Amino acid sequence: MMARIITTLLQLYYLQIHFVLLVSRQGKVRLTKWYSAYSQKERVKVIRELSGIILARAPKLCNFVEWRGLKVVYKRYAGLYFCMCIDQDDNELETLDIIHHYVEILDRYFGSVCELDLIFNFHKGSGLINSLRLEMQDSLVEIAKEQASLVSSLIAQATK
Amino acid sequence: MNPFSSGTRLRDMIRAIRACKTAAEERAVVRKECAAIRAAINDNDQDYRHRNLAKLMFIHMLGYPTHFGQMECLKSIASAGFPEKRIGYLGLMLLLDERQEVLMLVTNSLKQDLNHTNQYIVGLALCALGNICSAEMARDLAPEVERLLQFRDPNIRKKAALCSVRIIKKVPDLAENFINPTAALLKEKHHGVLITGIQLCTDLCKVSTEALEFFRKRCLEGLVKTLRDIVNSPYAPEYDIAGITDPFLHIRLLRLLRVLGHGDSDASDCMNDILAQVATKTESNKNAGNAILYECVETIMSIEDNGGLRVLAINILGRFLSNRDNNIRYVALNMLMKAITVDAQAVQRHRATILECVKDSDASIRKRALELVYLLVNENNVKPLTKELTEYLEVSDQEFKEDLTAKICSIVEKFSPEKIWYIDQMLKVLSEAGNFVKDEVWHALVVVISNASDLHGYTVRALYRALQASAEQESLVRVAVWCIGEYGDMLVNNVGMLNIEEPITVTESDAVDVVETAIKSHSLDLTTKAMAMIALLKLSSRFPSCSESIKDIVVHHKGSLVLELQQRSIEFNSIIAKHQNIRSALVERMPVLDEATFSGRRAGSLPANVSSSSGGSLNLPNGVAKPAAAPLVDLLDLSSDDAPAPSSSGGDFLQDLLGVDLSPASVPSGMSQAPKAGTDNNIIPIATLDGLSSPPSVPVRTTSAGGAASMVDLLDGFVSNSPKPEDNGPAYPSVVAFESSSLRLTFNFSKPPGTPQTTLVEATFTNLSPNVYTDFIFQAAVPKFLQLHLDPASSNTLPASGNGSVTQTLRVINSQHGKKALVMRMRIAYKVNNKDVLEEGQINNFPRDL
Repeated sequence: MMARIITTLLQLYYLQIHFVLLVSRQGKVRLTKWYSAYSQKERVKVIRELSGIILARAPKLCNFVEWRGLKVVYKRYAGLYFCMCIDQDDNELETLDIIHHYVEILDRYFGSVCELDLIFNFHKGSGLINSLRLEMQDSLVEIAKEQASLVSSLIAQATK
Repeated sequence: MNPFSSGTRLRDMIRAIRACKTAAEERAVVRKECAAIRAAINDNDQDYRHRNLAKLMFIHMLGYPTHFGQMECLKSIASAGFPEKRIGYLGLMLLLDERQEVLMLVTNSLKQDLNHTNQYIVGLALCALGNICSAEMARDLAPEVERLLQFRDPNIRKKAALCSVRIIKKVPDLAENFINPTAALLKEKHHGVLITGIQLCTDLCKVSTEALEFFRKRCLEGLVKTLRDIVNSPYAPEYDIAGITDPFLHIRLLRLLRVLGHGDSDASDCMNDILAQVATKTESNKNAGNAILYECVETIMSIEDNGGLRVLAINILGRFLSNRDNNIRYVALNMLMKAITVDAQAVQRHRATILECVKDSDASIRKRALELVYLLVNENNVKPLTKELTEYLEVSDQEFKEDLTAKICSIVEKFSPEKIWYIDQMLKVLSEAGNFVKDEVWHALVVVISNASDLHGYTVRALYRALQASAEQESLVRVAVWCIGEYGDMLVNNVGMLNIEEPITVTESDAVDVVETAIKSHSLDLTTKAMAMIALLKLSSRFPSCSESIKDIVVHHKGSLVLELQQRSIEFNSIIAKHQNIRSALVERMPVLDEATFSGRRAGSLPANVSSSSGGSLNLPNGVAKPAAAPLVDLLDLSSDDAPAPSSSGGDFLQDLLGVDLSPASVPSGMSQAPKAGTDNNIIPIATLDGLSSPPSVPVRTTSAGGAASMVDLLDGFVSNSPKPEDNGPAYPSVVAFESSSLRLTFNFSKPPGTPQTTLVEATFTNLSPNVYTDFIFQAAVPKFLQLHLDPASSNTLPASGNGSVTQTLRVINSQHGKKALVMRMRIAYKVNNKDVLEEGQINNFPRDL
């Protein structure tokens, strides 16, 4: 189980993800992570543009949107849209699986995750995203498992 | 003390921000928090550093500036404990990116942490490095990372591998140091490490052919075996996703095999069996399985030819295409685009299904499918495909019509087997979606119509019919009005009937009515109305019986509030009323438009024209050799190369011909200056009339008898000069108007004969630096006694080191001619390496007598 999550998490890094966005149904940003260099101004513009496109799409349409020569893979979980921007020739289906597993991990971490969890614990969410890429997969998974190891207690202390 | 429990806590701040009703309130809260944080930073408050950084991250996420917190991150990283370091690194990754110079300061901390005894701290440092590493950091820290690739703990090995991926991306030269350690990673049992190793290997192969050769020779068999093992592995709960063992590893492996197999038939042979196995054995009822199949198909398409496998792959795509899940259909279309270069025939088999996808309710799928259809079109299937697409045009969404019409027009132009079919299709598109058609498309149509002399009658009748059905489509109206103006007699007399046509009866007054409706319509724009005005003038000569009613319409518009229409109606009225003798010559049919020139201009780049005009100005700086009234002649002579044609506006010349180039955006000065200056506004009517009359000498000889003051005035200029073009005015030396280390601006002068007040200035810009200038804009301002008109520049890109130049024509009218010399302020803006540069100056060195 643990290894499965680790491998899932790690996928994120290899894909050439440009950014990850979590947007609420009202267009409020809940979490962002930028892997390509975007200036603060561009970021605001990108978020506005994309949330406009994605929030307007009807349910049951496909989960991919082409945007500025890139692709955005999004999926809606309750009131939250999880969006990842990838290159034209990346595997969209795989990205969709990754989003799903990210949500599963959040769920496990917060114990049935809801939007408010993400708002108030945005730094944990960011930490998780970063972990998705690289860091401390183990520790987070351990948190998910038992909340007892040295690292998890350190984190718990740091972020209480 | 717990850093998150005193003062305003993070949680409270978030709550306060969430409670804000307006953006202004939110800004106020954020400002207050930022002020408190800055104060804490100034006091060097250690206890709250954690909390402040966390708050800053939240504020940053909301889009507010947080640069003042950057140093806090660095301090936090430099402290000893794990929690401090952790929040510091998190801040580093969120608040900074590789472009910031502050990063240089963190290199040393990173180096220390990479050598730390606590492996969690090593992990933090690797993570941060993998996220924000710049080229300099990559060079400095590569040895540490390379060493960590052999670390005892698999998690550190994994992170080190990910870090290496970033390092070789930043500095490809370092690739060879990583080849051997990577080969070792490929033998790992731990999936996490294995997957990172495979990714690192893929990236190495992309940046270094040496690495590619190495892995092809040494590791290919091992990789094929690894893939075979996981494909055949029994159920393994820890790696299982939807019944498949680690689909992510599958996908990575397939991707690496693709890189290794591409362009090497031996390597491709080696992986054939396993690819066939993946393609046949993978379950396709879950997303994970489909993701693998998708990747597998792409690999099969990329490696060297193996007919059997490709059939298998195309069949998988066919299955995807008929899937009910939109995502699967989307990726199928996506992949078929790639497959079409490999096996067009096989893709053609799915044409019907793809056409269905064009009509899908999902915009993403429609777009993909449309692009695919576009690639599928060839000479053989163009007719049925176009028919399908035009039929769909009727029912498609408004926002999709633009894409769709552009593609249909492009297909029709490219593959049209005969002119009549082309005209038919274009008319259909114009009637359905004329408002979405781009200008150059209908310009091209007009050129084609003009060239198809045997179809003139047919076309004008078809347009007349179409116009009855859909009078609201802008570009349809334009083409129709133009054709009725040109070929109105054929419409009425049923000239050149084709067998397929049904005869229609159109009286002369019907034709005039149609044009009148266009002028009166509220939904059509100025250009269309101006074109309709010209059509009326032409009809007044073609249909003598309607002359009176046309005159009424024209007179009616003398009071128009729109300047352009008013001016035209006054001019045309005076032609109808006072110049009966020349009218028929003025409104003769347009000469056949030159297709080659049109397509040349349309391409947007005018290398021949640009070089010849700049070359000409070098040899003949005074412009003496230029024909008289060059800009006017150019309007008639489509193939003339003298005038620097605006490269940005593709088919403008057609509008020029019709004298409707007065859309407010393009020539605002022409509009606003016209009523003020008598001399100035003559230029436009001349151009207009000139464009209409094919033999320019006719009006010159016959109108000197007189008439309305403005008309005489207007034609006078022509009369005095046209017969003796050698009277070209004195020659003026060219001047270097501006010179800096990076840019030179040269002016060449010429005077259109007979207008001593007007000077044509040809500005030539030369780039003296080794960098290309983009977004090049020249602006100029003159004092009140001068009037300035800037034509579009030949290009907005200036090639480096004087390899070519940009030219731009300025028309200056000096109302104090002979008393005051020209003077001008100018500003040049351009971009070098994406940096804006602005140069300004005053030009005083004009020759005295301009």
